[in-house]
Amino acid sequence: MSQPETSAREWPLWEIFIRSRQGLDHKHVGSLHAADAAMAIENARDVYTRRMEGVSIWVVESRHIHASNPEEAESLYDPATDKVYRHPTFYDLPDALKHM
Amino acid sequence: MTAGNANTDPQEIFDDKVAREIRIEPKDWMPDKYRQTLIRQISQHAHSEIVGMLPEGNWITRAPTLRRKATLIAKVQDEAGHGLYLYSAAETLNISRDEMLAQLHSGKAKYSSIFNYPTLTWADIGAIGWLVDGAAIMNQVPLCRASYGPYARAMVRICKEESFHQRQGFEILLTLSRGSSPQRHMCQDAINRWWWPSVMMFGPSDDQSPHSAQSMAWKIKRFSNDELRQKFVDVCAEQVKLLGMTLPDKDLQWNATTEHYDFGPINWQEFWDVVNGNGPCNRERLEARVKAHEEGQWVRDAAIAFAAKQNDSIRKKNTADVAA
Ligand SMILES: [Fe+2]
Ligand SMILES: [Fe+2]
Repeated sequence: MSQPETSAREWPLWEIFIRSRQGLDHKHVGSLHAADAAMAIENARDVYTRRMEGVSIWVVESRHIHASNPEEAESLYDPATDKVYRHPTFYDLPDALKHM
Repeated sequence: MTAGNANTDPQEIFDDKVAREIRIEPKDWMPDKYRQTLIRQISQHAHSEIVGMLPEGNWITRAPTLRRKATLIAKVQDEAGHGLYLYSAAETLNISRDEMLAQLHSGKAKYSSIFNYPTLTWADIGAIGWLVDGAAIMNQVPLCRASYGPYARAMVRICKEESFHQRQGFEILLTLSRGSSPQRHMCQDAINRWWWPSVMMFGPSDDQSPHSAQSMAWKIKRFSNDELRQKFVDVCAEQVKLLGMTLPDKDLQWNATTEHYDFGPINWQEFWDVVNGNGPCNRERLEARVKAHEEGQWVRDAAIAFAAKQNDSIRKKNTADVAA
């Protein structure tokens, strides 16, 4: 593309996290482009909270997010599958036992 | 351990996930053609949302009341949001926003042909909401279950927002249909002009749509073009009665055997003419897009320059603090 030097760089991508109500976690809702953090928050307000979907916004530049590799899912999560004794339902107790 | 876990062939793992309705995510292996199909479909969809703002934006300054103006602005703003959700979903497939925009501006990428028709009267805004958004919803609801995670999630968000678009459109037509004789005439005229292009929004008929079968196998698509089109005709044929108006199709008739409405032949020549750039507004739409992009260049450059300057002064301040 024959565009001027200054536009060679796209605005960076940001990941957007929204707290929908006081007391709940911030949840990932999507991403957008912005020149800086302040603009990312402003744009997130316009794009992701037009219908009162949020009371707080976090923005993180996408390049700062490190993700686990899906190909390693097996070795990462398999050790947990045979440890059902970590769940309360594993224990066999009489129905007569109350408040537990 | 199940037999499936021992599988190491990426194609088989992918096929197995699709078969079991497990969503494909950006970092998962996927066939190259699946990726290309998604990029084409999602970017085309994003472009349609963005270009789709033009025919409606045309009436914002001339909306008949403040209430109509506020709702039309809200609708058009939603469409901008839909474009952004979809561009972001496409970007997870390794194509940049700039690249997609360049494809739109050069004419290489398509957008929905419906937006190449003009909005001649206020009733057109009603007809677009009812018919165009209505057809879009019919297409989009099944896409909420598309096999590619980011696309499906974008569609869920979009579908939530679409229903007001259709309702506000129908309300506009309903008001006109109860108005004066010229208003009723305007209402019918808009329906007459928008009906067939809306019916064509579902794309070529199944026997002319060679990629459909593959998209259905990949679970990107859930229903064929003709299935969705029939559903749309069935719904609209009933809804139009509430307006006391008619759809411009003399062959439209309830068929008790199929339990669907029969409808007349579609003018596919017109469809392909518009797709290939010869619709009433193709040039105007593209020119408006390119102009907006070029005239916004200095804003994007200035924002980048400002951000760089801010970062610079933060860095200098930090260095000064450390030195002190
Ligand atoms: Fe939309
Ligand atoms: Fe819409």
